[in-house]
Amino acid sequence: MSDTPDSPPPVPDTRAGRRPKAHPLARFLVRRVLLALLMAWGITLVTFVLTNLVPGDPVAANLGQRALGDPAIVAQWRAEHGLDQPLWQQYLIHLQGLLHGDLGMSQQSHRPVSEDLAEFVPATLELAGAAILVSLVLGVAFGVVAALRRDRLSDHALRVLSLIGISVPTFWLALVAFYVFFYRLQLTPGSGRVDVALGPAPPVTGLQTVDALLAGRWDIFSSALAHLATPALVLALYTIGLLTRFTRSAVLEVLGQDYVRAARAKGLPGRVVLFRYVLRSALVPIITVAGLAFGSLLSGTVLVEAIFAWPGIGQYAYKSATTLDLPAVMGVGLVVGAVYLVINLAVDVLYGVIDPRVRLR
Amino acid sequence: MRRRDPLARKGLLKRLPVAWRQPLAVVGAVLAVAWLVIALAAPVLAPHDPLAQDLPRLAAPGPGHWFGTDQLGRDILSRVIHGARVTIPLTLLLVALSVLIGGLLGACAGYFGRWVDETIMRVADLVFAFPTVILAMVVAAALGASLANAVLAVLVVAWPAYARVTRGLVLGVREREFVLSGRLLGFSAWRSLRVDVLPNVTGPVLVLATLDIGTALLLLSGLSFLGLGAKPPSPEWGVMVASGVEVFDSWWVATFPGLAILTVVLAFNFLGDTLRDALDPRTARAIKERAL
Repeated sequence: MSDTPDSPPPVPDTRAGRRPKAHPLARFLVRRVLLALLMAWGITLVTFVLTNLVPGDPVAANLGQRALGDPAIVAQWRAEHGLDQPLWQQYLIHLQGLLHGDLGMSQQSHRPVSEDLAEFVPATLELAGAAILVSLVLGVAFGVVAALRRDRLSDHALRVLSLIGISVPTFWLALVAFYVFFYRLQLTPGSGRVDVALGPAPPVTGLQTVDALLAGRWDIFSSALAHLATPALVLALYTIGLLTRFTRSAVLEVLGQDYVRAARAKGLPGRVVLFRYVLRSALVPIITVAGLAFGSLLSGTVLVEAIFAWPGIGQYAYKSATTLDLPAVMGVGLVVGAVYLVINLAVDVLYGVIDPRVRLR
Repeated sequence: MRRRDPLARKGLLKRLPVAWRQPLAVVGAVLAVAWLVIALAAPVLAPHDPLAQDLPRLAAPGPGHWFGTDQLGRDILSRVIHGARVTIPLTLLLVALSVLIGGLLGACAGYFGRWVDETIMRVADLVFAFPTVILAMVVAAALGASLANAVLAVLVVAWPAYARVTRGLVLGVREREFVLSGRLLGFSAWRSLRVDVLPNVTGPVLVLATLDIGTALLLLSGLSFLGLGAKPPSPEWGVMVASGVEVFDSWWVATFPGLAILTVVLAFNFLGDTLRDALDPRTARAIKERAL
């Protein structure tokens, strides 16, 4: 839960005297993918166990009053859904369903959870994608500035600002932003992803901005971008703060290294030293944190989407959680867990590509 | 979460006084103490009964009700003040429990190694595989919506951080001579952990805990905001912000409880950040030089 990293993780040491059998990068990739699959299996186990912890009776939740009065129907329903089997067999049935993309039925929408999610996931990906992009650009830039101007006024100001960034409750900030920019100043469009009058772009990817561009509709594109701006910025504030703090300490760590001093001493221009020498090695730990930051962004969507009426899985999760629609909540948990896993896998792989030493671990 | 622990240094207490001279730490300490006083003296400080619905509804801030009133005619200032008694103790309890549970499990993992280590750390990895709010939300929804269950849900996502740190620290001390000699003298595993290992681990873990108070509070009030924690009419701050969503144009209903959350979290983040700097030898020197 502590999302405030302070210093870069230790660089793994290379072990001498160990001869790798396959290509080190290939071995590294295979290991990471296997580990990710193991974790994916773990996630299914967690959601299954949690579903079975529920005090409520799934039969009562899914069958109507009249059907509940008839023992034969109840027994048939239980048999159909494997509820008369022992728990481990229920889990196998559940797993089999998952492999076929069956996440159960939402008690709210009376549709398969997988259909609901397919509808809502692109909106969240667009929002979270925009937010992580903004956070990476601003967070890394602020962090570099703070490190280069260490102990000057701009460093102190950025420190206070980034600490405020990680202290603001997201749900409250969303509300304040909505009130000030939409309700009071009428600078930004209100809720939703695009002006209703313009209508959504013909769906191709599900991302409004991309679809609008593909259709060549600039009016829809600018409307979608305007709708995206406020929630994305609200969502990004926390990760900007996080990345600023982290980039600062990562860059400071590298700035103290001998090879940077050597590069400076031989008279390389500051820009070359910064981009070729400093940022390149600071990038490894920054990418790791960016992966973690994406997780906190996904968490934030639950709180932000509810306020901006953004039709993504965050709002879906909020509605399902408040109405205790368990299959839907578990579906969101499963999908978000899987997305997070893929992101972290990508980060690990990127890590190995950037820093050859990591592959040898 | 994946971080090298800069806190495992000696002379923890010696460095503290210097840290307190930092402006950020002063602001943080003043804010934190102010909130603790508010929480303790709430019945005296609050001008109204936080639950009484006897004021005009949705009155804007003004004399008599400085933070305005909500849609049920309750005084928001009094509710914010009493809210400190709901949120702050629960957050502290939450962090204390995470330290206890995570620390104990991490110490066992580090000390016993082998399958104990594998089992505990793989479970911790599993928790890390979920984004926190989502997992906490899933747990809270599964257990049923109540403040106690929300605390439990945050606990589920909070302990692994401490398990990791403690495990790392214990691994560092386990093979040291004084621990080994204790083992040779016939100390039981429990006594060895308690007498030799524990004192070397507490400091860094306690600092991590200070840093985590803000995160825990944000998570807990977030769950309440989602309707999975405290229930109305409780003056819990997340619940109050949620009720402000309903009466959107009366800005004061949501603004003040939100500011309360912000200031408490900010206080502990200011404190924690300075503490971390003071304990990191690379930055500590710079602070000392400036302070002298």
